[in-house]
Amino acid sequence: MWKANFLGQRFCGATLWKMIQLIVNGQPQLVPSPDPGTDSGTTNDAMLNIRQLLEHMGLQGKRIAVERNGEIVPRSQFDQPMLANGDKLEIVVAVGGG
Amino acid sequence: MDKLVIAGKAYSSRLLVGTGKYKDFDETRAAVDASGAEIITVAIRRTNLGQNPEEPSLLDVLPPSQYTLLPNTAGCYTVDDAVRTLRLARELLDGHTLVKLEVLGDPKTLYPNMVETLKAAEILIREGFQVMVYTSDDPIAARQLEEIGCIAIMPLASLIGSGMGILNPWNLQIIIENAKVPVIVDAGVGTASDAAIAMELGCDGVLMNTAIAAARNPVLMASAMKKAVEAGREAYLAGRMPKKLYSASPSSPVEGVIGNMPRK
Repeated sequence: MWKANFLGQRFCGATLWKMIQLIVNGQPQLVPSPDPGTDSGTTNDAMLNIRQLLEHMGLQGKRIAVERNGEIVPRSQFDQPMLANGDKLEIVVAVGGG
Repeated sequence: MDKLVIAGKAYSSRLLVGTGKYKDFDETRAAVDASGAEIITVAIRRTNLGQNPEEPSLLDVLPPSQYTLLPNTAGCYTVDDAVRTLRLARELLDGHTLVKLEVLGDPKTLYPNMVETLKAAEILIREGFQVMVYTSDDPIAARQLEEIGCIAIMPLASLIGSGMGILNPWNLQIIIENAKVPVIVDAGVGTASDAAIAMELGCDGVLMNTAIAAARNPVLMASAMKKAVEAGREAYLAGRMPKKLYSASPSSPVEGVIGNMPRK
């Protein structure tokens, strides 16, 4: 669903797509990500952000916390393009426990 | 009033409860309510990939606005896992810093690894967490944890989930006597009398999960535990009579008994 929004809002069909592999909660996941193509730089607008990933996983609006490569990603950074091939993510919730 | 003060906040209930092992969230909520607990532990776990997004979450059932949530590190066996789990918990709960640290040493017994626990506590305290710490009933480990800044010491009474009760009241007494922070028995309580005994020893509180959740009627047991903790606390404050082998001082008057006294 977000793919359509994504294309419609920001990339207007001009952007290339690629699949990137993320390790989410210990499981490899192939996720569609905009392809920066020839644009150089390691972090740019064409990278996937956390909000898009959560939407892709059906977790939008859920109370969760995210760690990327061992570091907490504050909610305030969920809109920042940052996800690259091979990133390790932990997405957690509170559950019953003693 | 006789309140339990944790990290500067006063609580009327000295019973802390876990939220695991219940049949469903309705039962969890009913048991927590019956226990009267104000501080409840929660675990931090990976989201289920592919879980039903409509499923209610624990925080909807037990909202942080109504309870003091105590995220734990249950299931963590290393410093790194425990510290990362609580950093995630702090983010999840909007900067909440009150946490329960436990670093386990053995999946069979769930006995704590005190070396790793101390290391993890040091890191967390440096990062601004308020650490309530699960510990073995070793008075030296308890003292070290207090010295590095843990705000509550939580020794086991017996192994997690064992329901064996208070196996070493003497060590608990030493820990209580030495501690300047609250001492809360965490783990091992099986039934109401165990909770009462812990409180009579002078513990500041009792934390339990399985004793309630694994009872045939968890909600009724939660109510029993509430009363046991209150009764034990009152008995402790009241100061029990000394134990002696026998007493030559009956409760009723010796004078005026009809008939004859037996010969000595």
